[in-house]
Amino acid sequence: MLEVSNVTKLFNPGTPDEKVALLQIQLKLKPGDFMTVIGSNGAGKSTLMNMISGVLEPDSGEILIEGKPIHQLPEYRRSRWITRVFQDPMAGTSPNMTIEENLAMAYARGKRRGLKFGVTKAKRKMFQEHLERFNIGLENRLKAKVGLLSGGERQALSLLMATFTQPKILLLDEHTAALDPARAELIIQLTEEIIRELKLTTLMVTHNMDQAIRLGNRLIMMDKGRIILNIDEERKKRLTVEQLHGEFEQISGHKLADDKLVLGSSKRG
Amino acid sequence: MFSALPGAVELGLLYALMALGVYMTFRILNFPDLTVDGSFTTGAAIAAVMIINGYAPWISSVAAFAGGLAAGVCTGLLHTKGKINGLLSGILMMIALYSINMRIMGKPNTSLRGSETLFADISPLLLMPIFILIVKLLLDFFLHSDLGLALRATGDNALMIKSFGANTDHTKILGISLSNGLVALSGALIAQQSGFADISMGIGMIVIGLASVIIGEAIFGAATVFRATLAVILGSIIYRIVVALALRVEWFDASDLKLITALIVIVALILPTFQRKRGQKKAAQKRSQQLLLSSNQIGRDGDR
Repeated sequence: MLEVSNVTKLFNPGTPDEKVALLQIQLKLKPGDFMTVIGSNGAGKSTLMNMISGVLEPDSGEILIEGKPIHQLPEYRRSRWITRVFQDPMAGTSPNMTIEENLAMAYARGKRRGLKFGVTKAKRKMFQEHLERFNIGLENRLKAKVGLLSGGERQALSLLMATFTQPKILLLDEHTAALDPARAELIIQLTEEIIRELKLTTLMVTHNMDQAIRLGNRLIMMDKGRIILNIDEERKKRLTVEQLHGEFEQISGHKLADDKLVLGSSKRG
Repeated sequence: MFSALPGAVELGLLYALMALGVYMTFRILNFPDLTVDGSFTTGAAIAAVMIINGYAPWISSVAAFAGGLAAGVCTGLLHTKGKINGLLSGILMMIALYSINMRIMGKPNTSLRGSETLFADISPLLLMPIFILIVKLLLDFFLHSDLGLALRATGDNALMIKSFGANTDHTKILGISLSNGLVALSGALIAQQSGFADISMGIGMIVIGLASVIIGEAIFGAATVFRATLAVILGSIIYRIVVALALRVEWFDASDLKLITALIVIVALILPTFQRKRGQKKAAQKRSQQLLLSSNQIGRDGDR
């Protein structure tokens, strides 16, 4: 489904500020794979996401979706296959437009945008049904401006917008990091349900080790632009947080350090 | 006192198209487009020259609209493909259009006296309300279409609409182009109403447009697109009434008009910022009191 092959990206190459963001990254996702990505600050997780979605272009290497090379297409063209949920709840929605208008824009993904009404009766009904399943009351506020919603509600809406059109690839870039624990848990539950139901091929960056282990069928760990650990389906079932820490220190020679990193055993309220 | 009112309403209606154009760029695309000062004159020049050369007034007006579209495309290209700062690309086009407008007219002032215009048989006060209403409804409809939604999102959250597959360069160019088309059409109508096109008639147009948008939104609100476009049209009319009244004050000259307009816009831009700041401070003070009062309770309830 998704293949990242020998992708390298350097920032400011040849200068004192040189930073190796990604070095010869190899990655292959089968249809329906749900991979979590963890790593220290500056490990290249976000760069990898930006590379796949088209915000950045690789210096070398290829990115393929269903065998087709896409790494030279601009971001807006890749949206035919790929959707994203960003870390910032403000990023994924348009604040001065209504909930139904936002959903209509997401619905138009991969289609030609013409002069037909964006929100029709039929679409409104469909949006309502999707929102009802989230059970957070948004189905009654279709005409409310998104800017009036809370961060959690906006992120739930972003998640729906990114998934209800069933993209080939779903990218989740620390999409619960900016939320309080209760909200984050709700979004994670919704994420899990949707991905399982629609069998979406997913790549999820997280700073929460517990999440990384609990969710998905595969896990990679990144450090200094490299994938240092690639855990397959069988091993992931038995993986613990302590093992993961041990592995990291052993391979990289330093402690896993992420100012946002949440260690596994945190209790939620 | 009221003798000036019909004239002010008439002008307000004619300039309303220009104000709608400014609303498109300034509010919807969040792009302060200074092309307006040039494209307004372009519209007037095209219409005047074509009418003098015997073309039907309505064809001349459509041509003026097209001229504005083209000017807008240029600004849009400079900004998106040329990566030139938005303000600067507008200024560059404005300056370039000055020479182009001179070329179109061949002289700084073209009179339409004795030529047939759109308003030969029908007063602007009768024709314009219907025409403006049609334009407004078309614009409302467009801004609710799939393409229009993408255009609005471009000004609201470009990152988001890009991730859903809209080419924001194209939506920007489209928006700026449409905006300048409306501005040029307004210029064409003003030339026909006043009986001449002048090279300097577009100076300060952007500020007048802004004043109309701001006045309209302040009085009539802008909760929905439908409401906002109506507010802009009414704002344009109210602006002309204010100007007419201001000119009746003894010691004001006609040349003070631009100063008055600038002051209206400055006040309208500064006031909301101050109000917001004060409102936030008050809300914060109130909320902190609440938090202090309930803090004991939280202590007892434990870590939730």
